[in-house]
Amino acid sequence: MTTVTARPPAQMATRRKRTSSGGGIGRYILIRFTLIFPTIFILVSMVFWLMRATGDPITAALGGRLGPEQLAERIHAAGYDRPILVQYFEYLGNVFTGNFGTTISTNKPVTEVLLTYGVATAELVFYSLIVAFIVGIPLGLVAAYWRDKAPDAFLRIFAILCYATPVFFSALLFKLVFSVWLKVLPVAGRASTGSELQMQFLPGKTGIYTIDALQTGNPQVLLDVVSHAVLPALALGLLTAGVFLRLVRTNVIGTLGADYVDSGRSRGVSEYRLVTKHAYRPALIPIITVIGLQIALLLSGAVLTETVFEWKGLGFELAQFLTARDFVAVQGIVALLAVIVALSNFVVDIIAALIDPRVRY
Amino acid sequence: MTATSITTGSRKRSLWNHLPVVHQLRQSVGLQRGMLVTGLVITGIFVLTAILAPLVSPFGYSQLRDANGAFGAQKPPGGAHLLGTTVGGYDVLSRVIWGAQTALIVIIIAVILSIFAGVMLGLVSGYFGGWLDRVFVVVFDAVYAFPSLLLAIVMSIVISGGRSNLVGGVLAAAISITTVFIPQYFRVIRAETVRIKAEAYVESARVLGASNARIMFRHVLRNATRTLPLIFTLNASEAILTLAGLGFLGFGIEPSAAAEWGYDLNKAVSDVSSGIWWTALFPGVAIVLAVLGMTLVGESLNDLADPRLRGRRSVAKASGLVSETSVVPGGTLKDEFEVPL
Repeated sequence: MTTVTARPPAQMATRRKRTSSGGGIGRYILIRFTLIFPTIFILVSMVFWLMRATGDPITAALGGRLGPEQLAERIHAAGYDRPILVQYFEYLGNVFTGNFGTTISTNKPVTEVLLTYGVATAELVFYSLIVAFIVGIPLGLVAAYWRDKAPDAFLRIFAILCYATPVFFSALLFKLVFSVWLKVLPVAGRASTGSELQMQFLPGKTGIYTIDALQTGNPQVLLDVVSHAVLPALALGLLTAGVFLRLVRTNVIGTLGADYVDSGRSRGVSEYRLVTKHAYRPALIPIITVIGLQIALLLSGAVLTETVFEWKGLGFELAQFLTARDFVAVQGIVALLAVIVALSNFVVDIIAALIDPRVRY
Repeated sequence: MTATSITTGSRKRSLWNHLPVVHQLRQSVGLQRGMLVTGLVITGIFVLTAILAPLVSPFGYSQLRDANGAFGAQKPPGGAHLLGTTVGGYDVLSRVIWGAQTALIVIIIAVILSIFAGVMLGLVSGYFGGWLDRVFVVVFDAVYAFPSLLLAIVMSIVISGGRSNLVGGVLAAAISITTVFIPQYFRVIRAETVRIKAEAYVESARVLGASNARIMFRHVLRNATRTLPLIFTLNASEAILTLAGLGFLGFGIEPSAAAEWGYDLNKAVSDVSSGIWWTALFPGVAIVLAVLGMTLVGESLNDLADPRLRGRRSVAKASGLVSETSVVPGGTLKDEFEVPL
């Protein structure tokens, strides 16, 4: 586990070659945008071939429960007895139009599952990013300023512990301490039943509980929703906070040694301002790049966090579908997450290019 | 760091000093050395526990009863069961100790497989270049960007259909983790190969008529592997986390086949809600310690390889010359890989 400051070197090299004649931001965005498609194509194809290597999903899900004739019938009805290549191209076409198939265990369109539960996961990831920023960035500045002193040593060990603790273990510990022993926060779920009932019949229901709770206009509901989010966000956020801490520390140590910081100091700029403005601003660029990579990590972590807290999001559903061996649903969720990762990396690259002209090649 | 670099002095001693970790241990100072030593000690204890599991463990990992009858489920720590028993009636301490062995086996298989595959692919891809290289780079970049746990889940479905016995489970976990790591080794070795390919000594070997295979393995590979110990330690800790994550989601190894920390934590989720802490705490702490130990080692190696972060400020200031000869090409390893789950 180390910090990251740049895009993959290999990718950089190919891109640099392509635009060696130079070009503006528009050209860069265009090239970067076209690069999304091969990434999505490769990931979606890979998921398809890997999942189908085990056999057809119907046998996997219902193999023990149905007789061979019924199985064959279901397989034929779903089209899984056709040549695999035909199925592959049909699947690609369907994914292109946003159709990820129908789940076997619950018989719902995967797209519907993705929309319903994706919102919950997005909410959790958003909260935990806030936790990561609030914890990681100030502590990183502290560690960089008191480099090699006691605060730095303490914070570095804290950062490593954040990484070394599996997110489901920290989640369990938080649950044990705050929900079971101290009884100050709810054990599981996204809201209590009463609040969910109040939010259920809202006209402008978003599925984002915080917004829905605000719409009810009932402060109790909002408090209930927020208190349910605290522990999951903390567990998932701390994982990323450790990464941000280390990243800020390393980069600010670099910028603190720069000549312009020395010149600022000689002009009488306060130490606080030097750290929080002069050294911190330029160190932000690599952090923005890293958020892109963190999205993948956060999604992995969300699967585990949601399982512990029964947070009804994509990860929780994924675990349920895995247990039910519903591989159509698994394939759909995994493919969607691949698209999200590719898109978020694109957005992050563009933001980085807008901030720092040197990123455009 | 090849044999040719040893020219003067006692051969044995220089070789000793050139061993990856020993060299860094001598190089380190202060806090850095403290971290490295702590990491080495924890890792050592982990490895010893894993090897000596049959001797130090009070019971077997799947033992449910002894001469005094059945253990009973969810017994609090104390008495015959120092750390209590699980909901399934297993002894927690024994499961934790045996879990170290499972983790170590999985790490070793996973890292060896991924080094082998990743290094070979990176070497061939970087050395020959061309369209094959481009395809590899695009594919591995795509895989690299993907959430590693999900990739491991998909692989584990492919390999074992999600259910597993000892050999199948360990192999499935190891191969799943391997798939996640190959892009990292591929990337590092490919970057190194592309750089070394342009060196004068490769050119002269070619002029002398050496075959591609000879140049690749003798000249390029030997000089491209310097960063491997570092990635190895960092990946080993990631492997434990991935294994535990897989086990936690129910892709672990059956409790009668081997002890696995992630599986035990999964079974402990419902215990926690009723205030039973020992079934969750001890396997969890075992994971944290194992990962912590290896991360501390990897972390220290990484920092020592980066002159800007090495040791004291005075050293860092005078680092212009050092960075030229830094272990990691083109500066630090920072650019090379990401933080795992």
